[in-house]
Amino acid sequence: MKRFLIPLGIFIVLLLFLAVGLRLDPRTVPSPLIDKPAPAFTLPRLDDPQQRVSEKDLLGKVWLLNVWASWCVSCREEHPVLVELSKRNLVPIYGLNYKDERKDALAWLGQFGNPYTISIMDADGRVGIDYGVYGVPETYVIDKQGVIRYKQIGPVTPEVLDAKILPLVRKLQG
Amino acid sequence: MRRAALLLMLFLWALAPALAKEAVPAGDDPVTEHRAVALEQQLRCLVCQNQTIAESQADLAMDLKKEIREQIKAGKSDEQIVQYLVARYGDFVLYKPPFKATTVLLWAGPFALLVGGLIVLFIYLRRRRGRLAPAGLSEAQRARAEALLAAKEDRA
Repeated sequence: MKRFLIPLGIFIVLLLFLAVGLRLDPRTVPSPLIDKPAPAFTLPRLDDPQQRVSEKDLLGKVWLLNVWASWCVSCREEHPVLVELSKRNLVPIYGLNYKDERKDALAWLGQFGNPYTISIMDADGRVGIDYGVYGVPETYVIDKQGVIRYKQIGPVTPEVLDAKILPLVRKLQG
Repeated sequence: MRRAALLLMLFLWALAPALAKEAVPAGDDPVTEHRAVALEQQLRCLVCQNQTIAESQADLAMDLKKEIREQIKAGKSDEQIVQYLVARYGDFVLYKPPFKATTVLLWAGPFALLVGGLIVLFIYLRRRRGRLAPAGLSEAQRARAEALLAAKEDRA
């Protein structure tokens, strides 16, 4: 009996490792920007390109930065969740329209609704690089001091919203 | 005439691979290009994670290629450019992860396993040798064995 214990032990350890490995998503790379100041930008507004918005304009409030594009399929999946959230007036959502055509982006918002307080245009993706964007949609929670506190890679789901984003927002709004 | 046509064909044929070479973005300066490609081969594309930025055709990889070339032209050192990318995308962009507290298991793990395996093997072999060691014959047994052998020879 004793001679089976060691292989069994090894097997169980292996099983645990594999079980944990199955639950990890290799596409989710921890961002080094968490707890760092949000990178600076000054970008034109989607609705009025004459006006520019900078991250400094948003100091003093907790806000979400949602990276989206009209060409992004998962953004469509996420969109109703954001529209619903914007109606609850809990936290302002700012959109970073990433590598998109202005008219496509405006048409997209016209068709599916606009949850964004303001959307800004990152046409060449430069600000996206500064924020470490690699898979749209991505969503950042930024606090009153302009520090990134959370990053969601991939669509925001109602589960993520209720379990992570909203509790964090409430805490930060404190 | 035919010969000239043939020569022209051969010439064009030889030229084709050179013409078919992929368009290199902003690769006007061979030194910049060389450095950029060397850097890109050490960096991971986050969109298609098992490719380097050099291999990848993903949109983000193209942007990063452009960025790397611009930074080289701006006089940044290789380390500065790598730092720039690590600050944004984390250590994951490096194909060769740095040795630090969080990566000790990654770097030392295989060697620890090897050493562990050798120790187990060594212990096992020593025990086995103990079990298999020739018991040695006592005087009486030896005498009997010789007698038996001698008897066998007599019969033969």
